[in-house]
Amino acid sequence: MTCHDALNFLDDYLDGNLPWGQRLAFGLHLGLCRPCRDYLDGYRKTIEASRKALSEQAVVTCEQLPEEMVQAILAARSQTPHIE
Amino acid sequence: MESSISETETALVAALRAGEPAAYERLVREYGGRILAVCERLLFNKEDARDAVQETFLSAFRSLDSFDGRSQFATWLHRIAVNASLMKLRTKRRHPEQSIDELLPTFQSDGHRSNPGSRWTNSAAEISEQHETQQLIREKIESLPDSYRNVLILRDIEELDTETVAEMLELSPGAVKVRLHRARQALRTLLEPIFGGSSK
Ligand SMILES: [Zn+2]
Repeated sequence: MTCHDALNFLDDYLDGNLPWGQRLAFGLHLGLCRPCRDYLDGYRKTIEASRKALSEQAVVTCEQLPEEMVQAILAARSQTPHIE
Repeated sequence: MESSISETETALVAALRAGEPAAYERLVREYGGRILAVCERLLFNKEDARDAVQETFLSAFRSLDSFDGRSQFATWLHRIAVNASLMKLRTKRRHPEQSIDELLPTFQSDGHRSNPGSRWTNSAAEISEQHETQQLIREKIESLPDSYRNVLILRDIEELDTETVAEMLELSPGAVKVRLHRARQALRTLLEPIFGGSSK
């Protein structure tokens, strides 16, 4: 397995979807290859950091919808007939 | 995992179907904040997000009859919000998409990476502590081309499965997987200056 192959297996590896043979080869490659270990580490951190960055934003707005939006939505609803 | 609708949700849906105004208001107040967050994550623009929220609720009111109670009501609403946001994105797709090829790793003929880069010494938690860094990461995500960013957000942030995302974006599951991998790799390259600490 080359580094190129290893990187292509990253998502399946992280999802636990690699067949055992490939998982073994992937693990062996990682054990011997520092650049791939570093790549995997950064890859994981990328996923985690993007999750945090966007859920942090969610926390700010998540609590409640601004009152004028609530009113606008309810007003718009009363203007559109309910479609059966 | 709860897979079916709760009693409170059943009561709410029944009241909505009966056309009780108080139920509509309760729905908007109860789920509005969460829906706004979903739309903001996909649209990166407050005004567009507000439009999408409005569209989400109107569309939900219109299609209440299609809610069959097999999934949770919140899940059903979440999907409508994602679809409304994607629709909004489509109507305002800006310039032609840029290629992300230059953000992907390159390899030598022997399969080794051409430019291995530095080790990331900080943890994601450390990096995420600072408000400014969080903002910077959001800007990097936003800078990805729509077709990659959407897959990344739907899979990694909204945590929808590959099949659902494929259906929403009218792609094959295989195409979703390829785009997710490329999007994560491109974002990794973009975040490297923020994380890369080995030169310190
Ligand atoms: Zn390697």
